[in-house]
Amino acid sequence: MTGAMRGLSALAFLALALLLARASADLPPGLLWPPEALHLPMAGWISAAMAWLTDSAHLGPVSFKDLTRGFAALVEAPYQALRVLLVEGITEGRGRRATVIVPPLSWLAVTVAAVALGHYARNLGLGLIAGALMLYLAVFGQWESAMVTLSSIAIAVPLGVAGGLALGIAAWRWRGVERALAPLLDLMQTVPTFAYLVPVLVLFGFGPVAALLATVIYAMPPMVRVTLLALRAVPSEIMDFAAMAGCTPGQRLRKVMLPVALPDLMVGVNQVIMLSLNMVIIASMIGAGGLGFDVLNALRRLDIGGGIEAGIAITALAVVLDRLGQALAARPGGQLRAVGPWWRRHPRTALVLAVILATTALGYLIPALQIYPKDWQLTTRTFWADLMKAINVNYFDQLEALRAWLLEYLMIPVKRFFLALPWPFVLGLATLAGWRLGGLRLAALALALTGFLAATGLWEQAMTTLYLCGLGVVLAMLIGVPLGVLAASSEAAGKAIGAVIDTLQTLPSFVYLIPVVMLFRVGDFSALIAVVLYALVPAVRYTAHGLRGVAPELVEAAVVCGCTRGQILRKVRLPLAVPMVLLGLNQTILLALSMLVITALVGTRDLGQEVYIALTKADIGRGIVAGLAVAAIAILADRLIGAAAQGARARLEGAA
Amino acid sequence: MTRPVKLACRAVWKLYGPHPARLLQSGAPTLDAIRASGHVGAVRDVSLEVGEGEIFVIMGLSGSGKSTLVRCLSRLIEPTAGEILYDGEDLLKASPARMIEIRRHRMGMVFQHFALLPHLTVLENVGFPLEVQGVARPAREARAREVIALVGLQGREGHYPRQLSGGQQQRVGIARSLAVEPDLWFLDEPFSALDPLIRREMQEEFLRIQRQLKKTIVFITHDFDEAIRLADRIAIMKDGALVQVATPEDLVLAPADDYVRAFTAHVARAKVVTLGRIAAPLSGPAPDLALPAEMRVDEAAERIVTENRPVAVTRDGQILGEVTPQAVIAVLIGRQP
Ligand SMILES: Nc1ncnc2c1ncn2[C@@H]1O[C@H](COP(=O)(O)OP(=O)(O)O)[C@@H](O)[C@H]1O
Ligand SMILES: [Mg+2]
Repeated sequence: MTGAMRGLSALAFLALALLLARASADLPPGLLWPPEALHLPMAGWISAAMAWLTDSAHLGPVSFKDLTRGFAALVEAPYQALRVLLVEGITEGRGRRATVIVPPLSWLAVTVAAVALGHYARNLGLGLIAGALMLYLAVFGQWESAMVTLSSIAIAVPLGVAGGLALGIAAWRWRGVERALAPLLDLMQTVPTFAYLVPVLVLFGFGPVAALLATVIYAMPPMVRVTLLALRAVPSEIMDFAAMAGCTPGQRLRKVMLPVALPDLMVGVNQVIMLSLNMVIIASMIGAGGLGFDVLNALRRLDIGGGIEAGIAITALAVVLDRLGQALAARPGGQLRAVGPWWRRHPRTALVLAVILATTALGYLIPALQIYPKDWQLTTRTFWADLMKAINVNYFDQLEALRAWLLEYLMIPVKRFFLALPWPFVLGLATLAGWRLGGLRLAALALALTGFLAATGLWEQAMTTLYLCGLGVVLAMLIGVPLGVLAASSEAAGKAIGAVIDTLQTLPSFVYLIPVVMLFRVGDFSALIAVVLYALVPAVRYTAHGLRGVAPELVEAAVVCGCTRGQILRKVRLPLAVPMVLLGLNQTILLALSMLVITALVGTRDLGQEVYIALTKADIGRGIVAGLAVAAIAILADRLIGAAAQGARARLEGAA
Repeated sequence: MTRPVKLACRAVWKLYGPHPARLLQSGAPTLDAIRASGHVGAVRDVSLEVGEGEIFVIMGLSGSGKSTLVRCLSRLIEPTAGEILYDGEDLLKASPARMIEIRRHRMGMVFQHFALLPHLTVLENVGFPLEVQGVARPAREARAREVIALVGLQGREGHYPRQLSGGQQQRVGIARSLAVEPDLWFLDEPFSALDPLIRREMQEEFLRIQRQLKKTIVFITHDFDEAIRLADRIAIMKDGALVQVATPEDLVLAPADDYVRAFTAHVARAKVVTLGRIAAPLSGPAPDLALPAEMRVDEAAERIVTENRPVAVTRDGQILGEVTPQAVIAVLIGRQP
């Protein structure tokens, strides 16, 4: 089918949809939203299953509950040990009257340790960066919260890495495991985090351990995938060599494959660190204290300065952990070993130990060495608050006009349109799209997923989600693609835009909400802006990447043909970049959906809100069904766009 | 010149595709039948024998099945059918533990892209096969240093593979494959990834090492000149099957078909033809200057032509006949002998 016919049929569908939306006021009620009779009481089933699991399930003589408790205790012990070391120290008595016998590691000691680790891993430069970021935590009064967060991250990351590695190896070794894991991983990454907070909450109770486990579940999937890919990517000659050297299967894995795959595996470790830190705020909803709790609290109190400071502190921690991890992995071995007494052979360890002893001992006399004094702290809170106030005072009318205009002419009509679509029509449309893009299998999948949405009884929420997400994605693409084109057009622009995007991406998603809510109050409009900001990144990045990836000979050929710069862009580079841009679109949708669940905090009425309510009520069934509904939309979008991208690529390669 | 057989394979097949074993049940399929049924005949009905201390070269275009064959011989790939006998033991019947044992002590392999472990130094890479066997560090480092010296890489023990040039990396690969003192040595296009000048140098080096160690060698290449320079015998492969197995000289002088002839057409005859081949019966008393029958004409040409009289040719101390300057010149200018 030609492009023109494609376009025409799309237009025809849009016209039909509009007509239907118009006419829907007169539709019989069962046609607009799925009738009650079609709803399956899935929430009830899941809650009942969960109740059975927690109350009466047994594995042999041990009840399931004891099992989870035991597991929790296993995780809790090292976590508590770290907290003693970093946060609390050894104390006597409880609560307010507790007296510290041995204090925790001093801020000075931890900072020096970070510098020493950086120096050990690469060079003094890295050490100084790590030290400076730690110093930021102290100077801006984030120290204690940061150490709480660090304790849980320091447990969650190794657990996530080890678990991911083990699963990845199992999947590499046995095809059956791989087949079983693939859909599970898809779900783990698309079900919004809130949704599985609920069962974790029920199984492990409110508290840091539940938060820790939720973090591990969230952060592990990329490690599994990366491990599988990395093991597969070990060159076949190296595998042959391992066999010829007479390695046993265990030796082959330990001595050959894992070390060879290490650089790739580190990408997974980096992902685990990043996702764990992403999860810090969400995890604080089920009892993780620390920086995440501070951000959440600031958000609730609309304390923009506090939120931004704590948010940046999370980012600082992320950067330190990430850089140190990368450098440690890339550290060249085989350096000359120093000789002499112990402290000469290990100067850094000796230095850190000395600082620890000195600050702990002297800390009893000079408390500033132990705890960073309040008087020396800086804060930017008032600056941010004043800035917001100034904007609000001076530009209130303009901001309000913008908000009103967009709401009235864009958001409300689109929302009405989505809510007025009859459900059989949506079902048919999704199936048809699946059939056209990917054949019968995709059509069946689309039908099943949309049918699932209809059967949840959450149709209205699902349509609201579609409207917010769809609008957010369209806006993000409208802004992001031109930015991507700009970034690919010159080195300087690429660098500048790249820097901004990197920062956007490391900020925890919650942080976006704070200024937006300050300026535009709660509601759909704030949610939309936060979604656009958050989902912008892949749109820009993939567009730029796709444009840069166009073969230079093709561009040269166009130049020789006498194309202008605009023509080269429109007729050569953009068409060739289409598959990449589609991948970016895919990522944008996934990010928008994940952000929507977070924007539930500012009072949207979509599936995210449903999940959030379920979390506050600890209603497992409701939370999981709503979470699965979000996952269904995400998977549907992912598969449809994936198929479209593949089609585009096939056409390009077929033509080439 | 008969040597005891070190490695032999009989009717080895390797088919890729949906039902490789079923295809072989009703006798040997033709190439067309294999292709028609959606299979790839990577190795088809190959039988060969490699003598002890021999350099046996397998030559063929890319995709002709050389790598698959050599991997069947070392059982890195399980052949679809056939027998592989190493010192009379059928490798295909060996248990996994037995295979590990054989590979640890009696086989070595060199790879086209070196297959060095990037996280280990030269010393550690070379010592790796010993480490796997559980040899203690001092002993394996001592042995590793020996083979590193053998390939001329002294002083680079602490380097990582990425710090070495391609030629140096392959020297490490060679040293590593020799660390366990294997009898049988597989080399899969070891010099194909190197620049032509380096390749020449490595070929010399390889011959030098072989003169010293006298291994049984299966050497893969797609370069006919390389094959001629190194081989005692050459096997030419096409579409997974052997076309001809012969000495370089026989291959050039009596190609089995047009396919082989196409390879040999451009080869200078003098580089492969030996004195024994052009020797004529003595025409008078034996000349006092004698040369061995295995010597190739291009090596002997200058001396015989400057002597300007017949030269005796000897094999194992026996006088075989004589070679005249005219006969040498005939070979040099490419006339058929
Ligand atoms: N794992 C495999 N699956 C299917 N076909 C293969 C596989 N390995 C090799 N082949 C095919 O077998 C033939 C011989 O390959 P190979 O032994 O690598 O050739 P060479 O080393 O001579 O270049 C080629 O046609 C190749 O495509
Ligand atoms: Mg090959």
